[in-house]
Amino acid sequence: MTTQTFNSTTRSFNWLSGSAVLIASILALPVLVICAFLFAGSMDVWSHLFSTVLGDYIGNSLALLIGVSVGVLLLGVPPAWLTSVCDFPGRKIFTWALLLPLAVPAYIIAYTYTGLLDFAGPVQTLIRDITGLGYGEYYFFEIRSLGGATIMLSLVLYPYVYLLSRAAFLEQSNSAIEVSRTLGYSRSKAFFKLALPLARPAIIAGLTLALMETLADYGTVQYFGVTTFTTGIFRTFYGLGDSAAAAQLAAMLLGFVVLLILLEKYSRRQIKYHANNEQRKRPILVKLSGMQALGAFLLCLLPVLFGFLIPGGVLLNWALTQAEFNPQDFVELAWNSFTLASAAAALAVCLALILAYARRMNNQKRVQTSIMIAGMGYALPGTIIAIGILIPMAWLDHQLINLASKWFDLNLGLVFSGTLFALLFAYMVRFLAVSLGTIQTGLDKIKPSIDSAGRSLGCTSTQVLKRIHIPLMRSSVLTALLIVFVDVLKELPATLILRPFNFNTLAVRAFELASDERLIDAAPASLMIVAVGLLPVILLSRSIARGKE
Amino acid sequence: MANRLGIFALAAGTFFSSITLPVLADSDLVNVYSARKEALIKPLLDKFEAETDIVVNLVTGNADALLKRLQIEGSASPADIFITVDAGRLQRAKDAKVLQPISSEKLDAAIPAHLRDTDRQWYGLSQRARTIFYAKDRVDPAQLSTYEDLADPKWKGKICSRSSNNVYNQSLVAAMLESNGAEQTETWAKGFVANFAKPPAGGDTDQLRAVNAGVCDLTLANTYYFGRLANSSKDVDKQLVENIGVFWANQNDRGAHVNVSGAGVTAASKNKENAIKLIEFLTSPESQKWYAEVNSEYPVVAGSDISSVLKDFGDFTADTVELSKLGANNRTAVELMDRAGWK
Repeated sequence: MTTQTFNSTTRSFNWLSGSAVLIASILALPVLVICAFLFAGSMDVWSHLFSTVLGDYIGNSLALLIGVSVGVLLLGVPPAWLTSVCDFPGRKIFTWALLLPLAVPAYIIAYTYTGLLDFAGPVQTLIRDITGLGYGEYYFFEIRSLGGATIMLSLVLYPYVYLLSRAAFLEQSNSAIEVSRTLGYSRSKAFFKLALPLARPAIIAGLTLALMETLADYGTVQYFGVTTFTTGIFRTFYGLGDSAAAAQLAAMLLGFVVLLILLEKYSRRQIKYHANNEQRKRPILVKLSGMQALGAFLLCLLPVLFGFLIPGGVLLNWALTQAEFNPQDFVELAWNSFTLASAAAALAVCLALILAYARRMNNQKRVQTSIMIAGMGYALPGTIIAIGILIPMAWLDHQLINLASKWFDLNLGLVFSGTLFALLFAYMVRFLAVSLGTIQTGLDKIKPSIDSAGRSLGCTSTQVLKRIHIPLMRSSVLTALLIVFVDVLKELPATLILRPFNFNTLAVRAFELASDERLIDAAPASLMIVAVGLLPVILLSRSIARGKE
Repeated sequence: MANRLGIFALAAGTFFSSITLPVLADSDLVNVYSARKEALIKPLLDKFEAETDIVVNLVTGNADALLKRLQIEGSASPADIFITVDAGRLQRAKDAKVLQPISSEKLDAAIPAHLRDTDRQWYGLSQRARTIFYAKDRVDPAQLSTYEDLADPKWKGKICSRSSNNVYNQSLVAAMLESNGAEQTETWAKGFVANFAKPPAGGDTDQLRAVNAGVCDLTLANTYYFGRLANSSKDVDKQLVENIGVFWANQNDRGAHVNVSGAGVTAASKNKENAIKLIEFLTSPESQKWYAEVNSEYPVVAGSDISSVLKDFGDFTADTVELSKLGANNRTAVELMDRAGWK
C-alpha cells in the first residue's frame, strides 16, 4: 500500500512537472523571441535613442511606477481592511462596488477625464465663464501630464490590490487578531503589526500586477503625451520602422519586470504563514459608528466615485445624449467579447493551476525558471507579444504548408496564425501572470501538512488538488477567473493585430472610434465593455464573499 | 465552482463553433487588411459585395502592425489587399516586398501620377490635406504664409501641436525634408517647437478645441477633422467652426501638404483579379464622392464631386511631391523631431 502510493505520487510528480515545463516553455516562447532580438543587428538606432529620448523613457516610466504604487496602495489597502473587519453603512455594497473600476479600461477613463477637465472641457469653461479669466490666468490641474496618467492608472488598477489584500485579510485567522486585541493591541496597532505583515505577500502580489499593467499601458500615456518605455517601443516600431530596435527596447523593459518579480519574491522570503483553515469561523465585524463610520464610508466611496461613478456617468451622458451608434451591432460585439474573455479566463485558470501545483510539488529550478519567464509577458505591450507569437506560429504554419504540399499535394493555408487560436495564445502569454499570481497566493496559504495528510490517506496528488486544494482555494480561483476575464475584455493591441477576419470586439470598436477622435461616439462601446464586465464582477465577488463569511 | 467553470466551458464551446475558420483561396472572395478604420471602409466594401457578389473579408488594425503581419505570414498570407491611410506606410510595404505591381488601365487613367506608385504597386484612394488653422479674432490671415514661417519667433507661445508620434506630423516633416533638406528642416523644427503654447498631447480635434478655447492661436490639422466639426449638429462645434479659419499654406510655392489613403495588392494575393476590381471600385465616382461627403477628404480622381463643406474651404494648390518620398524620409523625420525636442 505504502509503496503503491509512493509510486503513483512519483509518477504524477513527473507528469505534472513535465507538463508544467512544457506549458511554461510554450508560453515563454514569445518572450524569448523578443529577447532573441537582443542579438539581432541594427544597433545604429541605439545611439540615436540614447542621445535623445531614452532618458525620458526611463525617467517617466520609473516615476509612473512609483506614483502608481503609492496610488494603488492608498486606494486599495484601507478599503480592503475596512470592508473585511469593520461594519459600517454601505459596507455590503462596497465589498463589490470597489471592484467596479476594474471593468473600466485605463485609456477610457483617460478619455472621460480629459473630456471633463481639459482646457476646452465643461469644468474649465465654466470657471472661465464665471470668473472671466483666460488661459494661464488661473491655476488648474493639467490632466494630460505624468501626474494625470498616474492618477488615471491608479484609479483603475487599485482593484488588484484591493481584491488580493481583501482575500488575505478575510483568510487571516480571526483568532490571531482577537488574541492580539486581548493582549492590549489597539485596533490600528493590530492592523499595522499583525494584519498588514500577514497580508504582505498578497498586497505585493496585487501591487506587482498593477505595476506590470502600468508598464504595459500604451493608451493612457500616449493620449496624455507622456513618453514612457511603451510609447518609445511603439515609436521605434512605427515611426522609425525598426522592429528589431523596438524588440530590443521591449527586452530592456523586461529588465524592469525582472526587478518586479524579484521584489515579489523578496516579499515572500521566509514567509510561510498558513491560515488555519480548519478553525475558520465567521469573522466578528467591528461595528463603527459616528465619525468613524463616516470616515470609513468616505474612504471606500472615494475610489468608487472617481474610478467608476464619474467616468461611468460621463460615458452614459455621452452615449445617451450625443453619440451616434447602431445598437444592433452591439449584440455581436458584446457576444464576441464575452465569450472570448470567458474562454481565456477558464483556460488561464486551468494552466495556472497546473503550473502553481507543479511548483508546489516540485521545486526544481527548471520548473521555477520556465514559469518565471512565462509570467513576464504581462508587462509587455500587447503588440510586442503579438509579434512574438506571429513569428513562431507563422514558422510552424510554413512548415505545415510545405509538408502538406509535398506529401499530400494539399494547399493548406495558415492554420495557427490569424485564428482565434493565436489570439487565445496571446492572452495566455499576456495574462498568465495574473492567474498564476492569484492562485499561487491562495495555494501558499494552505499548509503543506494537509497535502501530506491527504496523500498518506491514499490520495494521488491530483486527488489532493481536486478534493482539498480547489475547495480551499475557491476564492483564489474565482478571483483569477474574474481578473483574467476583465483583462481580456479590455485588451486591445494584441486583439487588434491577431484577430481573424470579420471578428471585432467591444474594445476594438471603442478604440477605433476614439483613435479617429470620435470620443463621444466611442462612449456606447466603452460603456458596454464596462457593462459586460460588470455582471461577472458582481456575481463573482458575491460568490467570493459567500465563501468567506 | 464546478458549475461556474461549466458555464465558462459551455460559453467557450458555443463561441468556437460560431466562428468560421480563415477563408482559403476561392474565386468569389477578396481578403482585406485595412489600416483604414472599419467605420470608414466597411460601408464601401458592403456596397462592392452587393454589386459584384464577391465576398469581402476584412480585418482592421494599425498599419505597421498589419504590415508586420503581412511580412511574417509571407507567401501564405490570406490577405489580397493592404489599405492604409498614409503614403509613407504604402511605401514601407513596397520596400518590405509585400506588394506586387498590377496593371489596370482604369486606375492609371483615373489617378494622377504623383498620387500613385511609379511601379504600380500602390494607388491613392483619397487625399488628406494638412494645413494651418487659426483663431479668427486673434490672427490676421495676412500674417500667415507657409509652414516654414511657423518657426518665426513672432508665434512664440501661440502654437498648439500634437505629438511627433503622430504619423501626419511625421509625413509633413518628411515632405519638408524633400523640399528644404535636412539641415534647414531641423532648424525649422527647433523653432517650431520653441513656439509651442503647451506640451504636445491629444489629437487634431483637441488642438482645434484648444485654439477655440484660447490656449493658442493656431495649429496644424487635417482638414477632415475640421470638416467633421463643421458637419456636427452640436452648438459647441458650430461655434468652434465659426471662430476658426482655414489657411492654405505655401500657396505661393510648393503648395499645401497632402497625404493619401491608398491600397495595394499583396504579393501573396490568391484573388488578384478581385483585388484589382475592388481597388477600381474604390476609385469609382460614387466611392470618391462618399469619402468627400462622409469624411471630408479630397478625391484623387479629378472632377469628382466634393461636399459643400470642402467647397467652403476654398480651392488650394497641393504639394505635388512624389508621395513615395514620405515613406523614404520617415525615419529621418522622426530622428530629427527627437533632436528638436518635439515630444
